[in-house]
Formats: sequence, structure tokens, C-alpha cells
Amino acid sequence: MTALPATTDKKLGLVIDLDTCVGCHACVTACKGWNTQNYGVPLSDQDPYGMPSGTFLNRIHSFQSQPEPVNDIPQLARTTHFPRSCLHCEDAPCVTVCPTGASYKRAEDGIVLVNEDACMGCGLCAWACPYGARELDQQAGVMKKCTLCVDRIYNDNLPEEDREPACVRTCPAGARHFGDLGDPESDVSKLVAERGGVDLMPEQGTKPVNQYLPPRPRDTLQAPEMTGEEDVLAPFLAPVAEEPKGLLAWVDRALEKI
Amino acid sequence: MTIQQPVLDLSPKVSDEVRKTTCYMCACRCGINVHMKNGKVAYIEGNKDHPVNRGVLCAKGSAGIMQHNAPSRLRAPMKRVGERGEGKFEEISWDEAYDIAASWLKPIRETDPSKLAFFTGRDQSQSFTSWWAQAFGTPNYAAHGGFCSVNMAAGGIYTMGGAFWEFGQPDWDRTKLFILFGVAEDHDSNPIKMGLGKIKKNGAKVVGVNPVRSGYNAVADDWFGITPGTDGLLILSLVHCLLKAGKIDLEYLRDFTDAPVLIDADPKSPTHGLALLDDDGHKLVWDRTEKRARCYDAEDVDPDLTGVWEVDGIRHRTVFQHLAEKYLDGQYAPEAVAGATGIPAGRIRALAAEIARVAFDEAIELPIEWTDFRGRKHTNMVGRPVSMHSMRGISAHANGFQTCRALHMLQILIGSVETPGGFRFKPPYPKPATGHPKPHCKVTPGAPLDGPHLGFTHGPDDLCLKDDGSPARIDKAYTWDNPMSSHGMMHMVISNAHAGDPYKIDTLFLYMANMAWNSSMNTSGTMQMLSDKDENGDYVIPHIIYSDAYSSEMVAYADLILPDTTYLERHDCISLLDRPICEAEAAADAIRWPVVEPDRDVKGFQSALIELGAKLGLPGFVTDDGSQKFKDYADYMVSHERRPGVGPLMGWRGNGDETGRGAPNPAQLDRYIENGGFAIAQIPENAQFYKPWNAAYQEWAVEIGLFDKASPYLFTLWCEPLRRFQLAAEGHGERQPPEHLRARIKATMDPLPIWWDATADHGGADGEYTVNALTQRPMAMYHSWGTQNAWLRQIHGRNPMYLPTEIWEKHGFDEGAWARISSPHGEITVPVAHMPALNHNTIWTWNAIGKRKGAWALKDNAPEAKEGFLLNHLIHELLPPKQDGMRWSNSDPITGQAAWFDLKVKVEKVAPPADLTSKPNTGRQVSPVGQGPDKLAWEVE
Repeated sequence: MTALPATTDKKLGLVIDLDTCVGCHACVTACKGWNTQNYGVPLSDQDPYGMPSGTFLNRIHSFQSQPEPVNDIPQLARTTHFPRSCLHCEDAPCVTVCPTGASYKRAEDGIVLVNEDACMGCGLCAWACPYGARELDQQAGVMKKCTLCVDRIYNDNLPEEDREPACVRTCPAGARHFGDLGDPESDVSKLVAERGGVDLMPEQGTKPVNQYLPPRPRDTLQAPEMTGEEDVLAPFLAPVAEEPKGLLAWVDRALEKI
Repeated sequence: MTIQQPVLDLSPKVSDEVRKTTCYMCACRCGINVHMKNGKVAYIEGNKDHPVNRGVLCAKGSAGIMQHNAPSRLRAPMKRVGERGEGKFEEISWDEAYDIAASWLKPIRETDPSKLAFFTGRDQSQSFTSWWAQAFGTPNYAAHGGFCSVNMAAGGIYTMGGAFWEFGQPDWDRTKLFILFGVAEDHDSNPIKMGLGKIKKNGAKVVGVNPVRSGYNAVADDWFGITPGTDGLLILSLVHCLLKAGKIDLEYLRDFTDAPVLIDADPKSPTHGLALLDDDGHKLVWDRTEKRARCYDAEDVDPDLTGVWEVDGIRHRTVFQHLAEKYLDGQYAPEAVAGATGIPAGRIRALAAEIARVAFDEAIELPIEWTDFRGRKHTNMVGRPVSMHSMRGISAHANGFQTCRALHMLQILIGSVETPGGFRFKPPYPKPATGHPKPHCKVTPGAPLDGPHLGFTHGPDDLCLKDDGSPARIDKAYTWDNPMSSHGMMHMVISNAHAGDPYKIDTLFLYMANMAWNSSMNTSGTMQMLSDKDENGDYVIPHIIYSDAYSSEMVAYADLILPDTTYLERHDCISLLDRPICEAEAAADAIRWPVVEPDRDVKGFQSALIELGAKLGLPGFVTDDGSQKFKDYADYMVSHERRPGVGPLMGWRGNGDETGRGAPNPAQLDRYIENGGFAIAQIPENAQFYKPWNAAYQEWAVEIGLFDKASPYLFTLWCEPLRRFQLAAEGHGERQPPEHLRARIKATMDPLPIWWDATADHGGADGEYTVNALTQRPMAMYHSWGTQNAWLRQIHGRNPMYLPTEIWEKHGFDEGAWARISSPHGEITVPVAHMPALNHNTIWTWNAIGKRKGAWALKDNAPEAKEGFLLNHLIHELLPPKQDGMRWSNSDPITGQAAWFDLKVKVEKVAPPADLTSKPNTGRQVSPVGQGPDKLAWEVE
């Protein structure tokens, strides 16, 4: 119902490093703090001091997984912290479903935004988004979503180094990166190439711009690797002595050489 | 439809003004930019120039605006009009509040100042609050370290003259292997996250040793899901492996540690276990070249690590020899410790091998010349890029002190302390235990205490005992029960005061410590003790004064409330005199200043103490004519001098161009504000490593006033203070421990790190309590403060008890299930949730999420006050009775550190309660500030 631009000049987006995200929620409240004060209506909270429920443009989900055994060796369970916000998809179903044209994708940078003046709060876009990245503000009745801090990234009133989304600026672990994913020479594109960044749920056909960097292999310091002679670490524990007397004699010889 | 893109204002005005101050949403003390609009706080972000956080800010800091505007803020001084615990108050003037306080405090100061117990919680002004208490004359002062992480601090200071967090940090830029022991998400919050990010970026490895794989352990490359309380055993096994393989830094041990120091090895000698000293009290080492005992710091000394020598007929052996014999013993072999630690022997060996590989095969050399304390020149700085960190996880066990020492011994053995890629001290550290004061406790009516309350004991003579041998302090710190309790024992104050043991007090004065709730063990019991009355109908603890900014649970139990400000409305100094914000490469301190003035009748607590101190006529708080000396805390920060030329703030002293030393400068705070709220002084490049022994560092430290003369020292693998107490327990010396403690002192106060099963006392008479139970604090919450924050409580509003797969399946739990969790002390009924990435015999929950109904301006439907709960109800401040009927405190027998994490429990499935509310029911308190609004849509126009 609402058309997407045929192409965009840039593909601005986030690269989120799942190897590094410690799940601290800094990005969540930095986002809320900036965006309740800036673009569009404030982000409301219902019953904030009772059973609270509020509007957030960015949330962290922490989940547990139990990998299958590898070569019959049981693997340790894992925890992953997964930040979730709008992925600014190239084929954004939330835009095409919008009956009023309120949801749109900017031709110049690809940012998906909601024109709140035109939004009637029907919620179709939230249904269409496979990522659950849109939230209808209960007080204002308009759809809220990540703006990629469009009012920061070009803002002449901010020092140049601060012209990045609030979530990226605040992330203590440096797990969030911002840039033009349409430019293969950009830092974020290189990072994605180097670390094997992936689309979230590619089967949905939304062509998300945001990319996720997968966790590195975990738990490699494992017992089975320590048993064979082929193990690379074993030589580091080759004994110089079994008993204190032997150790002291070894120390004596070693000190002589220093 | 094709759309016409709306025209956006891409450069909206962000704010009218940015005011830079220091965050206080936790103890991290990050720099913040507070954006002001129309005189109101509109947005808070990290300060990019600030040495602590370099612009980043955590969830708490970024949600600070909700803390600053919380509906739970107290509005005016109050006096209690109902019963303790009810929460019924009447607002009064500050004058009336001071009159009431003085009417209680003045008489006891004149007769017996020890009738005042003044304890502070998350106080960041301890050098000031302790100075006030010292002027008052009571020995009963401490901050919250005793129930937080004193083991980590004291273990580090006694071993190497500094510990983690405020004392030091990993060399994040150069380390190649970082090992994190236990929960540490709360200290030192942003720097660790930034450090982890750097490590990951550099391709270095992160190892997490923690029963729970959450937070930092979730991103650890390797996770060791250890059994709680066995970290010490794992570490000693790593030491065993490394010693056996000779993977230790012999040169480092020889030159910078007490490994070559000669120790009396004759069991019959009265100085058995003590170092051989020269006539001037210097430790002696054996010289390999000259074949004689020599002072350790002689320029041409060639210390030996091995051998046995007789001096005056007494056999002496080096510390290293004692150490090698102890840890090569088979009891520390990986196979021998695998069962207790829950870590397979192969994985222990793999970790030891990885430490060895990185320390010695990936050693770092920085081409920086430096001169050591013996006057020897070195052409480079060699580093072993293995770094470690730990906080409460290993501290909060009864074996925590020795475990912390074991951890530092491991670091020292591989030569990774104060070397590139390893662990680095932050000023004012390095500073050994001998560089700190000893504790003081001499009370004189109407006069100050004879010296600082807290310090480091070095033997029985330093204990805080009265002439009759009874404890001088209400918390029994520095007694035979806990001889090295360097931070006091705040967790014992209420229970001891209630019991009148060792004596009765008159006034309990608390600041910023939620002792009626999450900061106490045995919470229900503590609430009872605070409200108990004697046979005359008087409260057993006669008077309670409390200062807090918010309507916490503790407020309801006080008689007089001194309302504090929020962190954006106050002056503070984050001072080199106590807990500064230094970095390994620089000394730094900071201020808070009122970026907005309070809109309530509240006052920064420190300013209130200044006024109260003047009203009481305390020395230092009044001028010669008896008038108030400091106008307020800001005035104190600028004009107080602790030593001539050395005050609370180091920057812009004298006429504004002196750092560290210099006369008070009336314009000092303006300079801080102009500079973003902090001052920083770089350590010269050739002084940045090897600081305890580096002549250039020592010189620099004297120059900026950290100490008055160069004070190099050796790391002490062998902790002589421990040995002195042990010697007394063996019957040597005048001051002797009570009989019932002799065996325990002998067993636990080993001068070399040891491990014992500290949870053994917690299993119950029939051994039915077998499951370990823990708490940890979420990264997005800080103690109980976070719950009043409308944004943060949407992130962490619930705290189910997390159960590992084995327990979950064994009891047939399913989603929405509840359990009864019991300990020898009590039981709670709580919701449970499944967590696979968890030690198989450990359960845990978030700390301090549960709230009492009526507190924090929350409504009764708040999940925190319904299904939320505290584990504290299961933890007693005393251990179950011993065979002789004695009840020992649930603390480390050396430092008195509260042993929160030694808890053992039983788990039973129960039907969910009809009201879906956790038990026990702690009643409700009236809110003196009403309840928060029904909706919020925060925007400053």
C-alpha cells in the first residue's frame, strides 16, 4: 500500500556483535532517554510504579541454549544476549503494509521511519514485522520504532563524534556499530565481512540492513584435547619435577642461568 | 502509494546547556554530561573525556533521569509518629531534626561516645564520615565493606599492597588471557565491559569461572561452572600444575617478592613462622653469591629461592621452599580437586596449560628503561599477559580471604602483577598493609577517638580489645573472632546492639544502607530486632537516625530521618583520601556538584553532618570561637587539609597550578566544573609498571602527595600477620585467644593460602541442605535503588529462583511453578525458572529485586512486592550452634566478611500460592511520600 524506494543512496544500519554483547541493557535506556525527549511523541509507560509496561525501541533478550554433543562429548550450555530493534530492511513489509503512508523508508539513507502525523495507530505494520521491532505507544496511540537516531546522526548541534545513534554511543562493551552497509569499504561492511555477519531470519525475505556478528566458538579448553600427545597445550605442563626436592633443584639450576 | 517524504528537522536543538558531573547510579563513578532544558534535566549521557567511562554509560546511568525524578524521593526531615516499621512520620524542620539528634548524641558524647554506632552503606565519602565519627569519639564506625568485599580488598592489600577494582585493573590493552572469577558485574561496571570489548577486539581470550553463565560469563570464550566456594581449591590446583611444570617467573619471584625471605622453620622456636630480620627490622634473604643472610633491598644482593640455613641454631627456610612443599602435595592435583570443584581434571589442566602458554610463550617486552628500588637499571619492561579479576563472587565466602590470597599468589607466581599485559595498580595503590594505619578504639568521654577506626592489624597487639579482653567495638571487629576485619563488620551491628553484646548502645546512626531489607542477613529477624521493645516498653535499640534520599524499607524503622539529595543535587568528592577514580596510568579524582538545586527541603548528608558536628561542638567542625567551621560540604572539600597541603581534592591547588600538594584554593571547584568534574595527573611513562619497586613511580607518588617518602616493598606470599595470630593460638605471647577459638585460628590463619569447605557448616544437622544458593546483582540495577526507576524496573522487575536442569527435572518443575526453598535457618516460597547454563547443584536469583509493600513509592501490585523476594531470609548472621553451644558469626574467621554465598538449601516443589505472592510476608509500611503516578511520558519541553 505504501511503496518502498527502488534504491537508497545509503544503507545506514547497525552491526551488533553477539560475541561481545554482555546483556547490560545500556543501549535500552540510552535509547529510551534520547527518544522520549526527541523524535515524535515521548515513549510512555503505563502503571510505571505498579505493574509497568512501556514503549521501548530497543530491547535485549537473553536466552539459553544447550548445544548437541559433538563426537559424543557433551557441550556446555550457553547464554546469548540478543539486542532487538528495527533492522531497517530493504524489503520492509512494515512499510508496504501501511495504509496511510505513515511508515516509509527514506530514499537517501534507507532509514525506516514513522511519520507520526500520518499514523492512525492501526498496528498493521507491527503485525507485518517478523522481528517484533515496532511498538504501539499506548498513550499516544502512534507506532514507535527505532529511528536510527535520525535526529542525532545529521545533527549540527552535536559534536561530530556524537553523530551516531544513542545506543551505539553508550554501548560499554563496544558491541554496537553504526555505518553505511551499502558501502563495501565502510568500517561496518568490513567488520561484517571479517566476522561473517548474518541476516536475521533471511527466510523472511526482508533483506535486513542491520547485521549480527555470531559468537566465536565457545569452550575450547576441553578435557579431551588434553589427553593425547597431539594436544598443543600438553607441553606447557611437562613436569620439571614431581617432588619438592626435584623442583628446588630445578629452581637452583634455573637461577644459576639467569 | 508512492509517498512524499516528510521534511524532518535533522538538527533539533539538543539542550540549552551541558553540565558535567559524576554519576552515582552505582559505585562506578562515571563522568556524565547532563543536558539541561529550561533549567531541568533533559538527557544524560557519558562524558567522552572522562577517564573512567570515556563516554559510554550503562543502563543505570542512562536511566538516571528516572532516579533523579523518582516519586520515592524524601521531601523533608521527618520524625517517627507511629511504631517502628509502620512508616508513619511527621515532616519537621531541619532545626528540629538537629535538636532531636543533638538531644540524643550530646549526652552520650559527654559520658560514653561508644554508645553511638555510626555505620554508612554505599557511602562515597568515607574519609569524611570516618573523620566525623573520630571527632565524635566513638569506636563504632565503619562503612559497608564488611558485608561487601573486604576479603578482596584485604586479601590484596595484605598480599601485594592493592587489590582489584579501585585498587587496580587488568592491562586491558595488552592482556591476552583474562580470567574472571565469580560475579563481578557490579564492580567496576563500565570499565570491565569496555575492557571485555577491547579484549574481544584484540582477539584475546576471556575465561569465566562462575557457577552461573550469565552476563560476562555469557561472552566468556570458556566457562568453568564451578561449585560455589571452591575457587580457592581450583586456584591452588592451578598453582600445583604450574609449579610442577616450572611455569613460574623465577626472576620476578627472586627480585620483587618475599619468596627468598628466610622464615624460622623450627617448630619449637617462639618466632616459628616469622621472617628473619636484621637489627633494623628489615627482612633477610639468603645471598647466593656471598652465602650469607642479607637485607632484601641491598643493591648487590643476589637472593636465593631454595635451601635451608641455620642462623643462631635455628633452621630457616625460604618462603619459596615452604610454598613449593605445600602446593606440590597431591591433595592439589587436578584429579584430587575435580570432585569438589565440579571441574573435570582435564579442564583444570587445560586452563593451567593455557596460563603457562600465554604467560611465557606470549610474553611482552616494552622497550622502556626503568630503575628499581635497589638502584638497578633495567632496559625493558617484561610482562606476562595473563590478567585476572574478581569481586564478591570469591569474597563472600568464609574461606574468601584465603581464596583471594590464593588468587593473588597465582598472579604473582607467573609474574603478572604490575607488569605489561597483567594486572596494574591504580594510585594511591600500590600501598602495602604496613603503609596503612592500624585500627584505633580508645574512647575518652567528650573527646575524639585516639586515631582512625579502620586499619590493618599485624598481630594480637593490634586487636581492638578492652582491658578485660572484651571487644571494644559493637561489631566485634578486630577481635579474636575476626582479627583482620579491616572494613569493620556492619552486618553484625544490629544483631549485637539488640543482644547488648558486647554492650548496649544508645543511638544507631545509619547512612545509605538498607539494613532493614536487602543489606542484612536474616532480614525478618533484623526487622524484628529493630522494632523489639524491652520489659519497660522501650525500644531495645533506643534511638535510630537514618539518612537516605529515598523511601526505602530502612526509613520505616528509624525514629529520625535526615533526607539526602539525589546525585544531581549534591556536592561530593571522589577523593584520593579514600576511593578515587584513578587509572593505572594516572591519578584522578572527581566531584559532584548540584547541576540542579533540590526542589524539596533536603540536604546532602555530608552537609547535614557538618551542621550537626558544629552543633555538637566536635573538634574540627567548629572554629576557636565555637562557630561552625565549614559552611557546607563544598566548603569542606575545598578548605579541609588532612595533612598540610593535602586535602580531599588534588586538582588546581594553591593558586590553581599545583596538583596533589598545595594550599587550599577557593576557586578549586570552579576549575573542576570547567574541566568536566574531574582532575587527572598522568604517571610518567617510565613509572607506569613495576610501581612498588619502580624508583620513578615512588618519586612521582611522593611529589603529588600520595605518601611522604618513597616506600618500596616486597609482595608477601607469606602473610606474617596471619602467622602472628596463629602463633598466639599455639600459646605464644601475652595476648591469648579464648580457648574456644584456638583451634579455628590455628586451622584457618595459615600464612600461606589454604582452602577449606566453608559450606560444611551449612548443611543442617542431618545434612539435608545440599544445594548451593546464591544471588547476583543485575548489571542494570544497583542494590535496591533501581526498583524505583520506572525504566529499569521494566528490565529487572522480577526475580524467579533459577534452577539448573538436574534440579528442574528431578522435581518435575514446569513453567509457572513455585518452590519452597529452605535452609537450616528458614524458608521462602518463591516462583522458579529453568536455567541450563548453571552449575548442576546451584540455584540463584537476582539480589534486592524483592521489595516490602509500601516502600519505594511502589504500588501494591508491583511484581517486586508480590512475587519478588529476598534470599536473605534464609541466611543467618550466625552459624548454627556448635557442639559447645557457641554460635559463631556467619563470616570469614579472618576478616569477618559476611559469608553470603556459603548458603546451602533444600528445594521442594509446591503448588503456586493462591495469591501468587511469595513468602514470607513482611507486612507493609506506610509510604511517607505516597505512590508514583499511574502513567509517565517523560519529556522536558
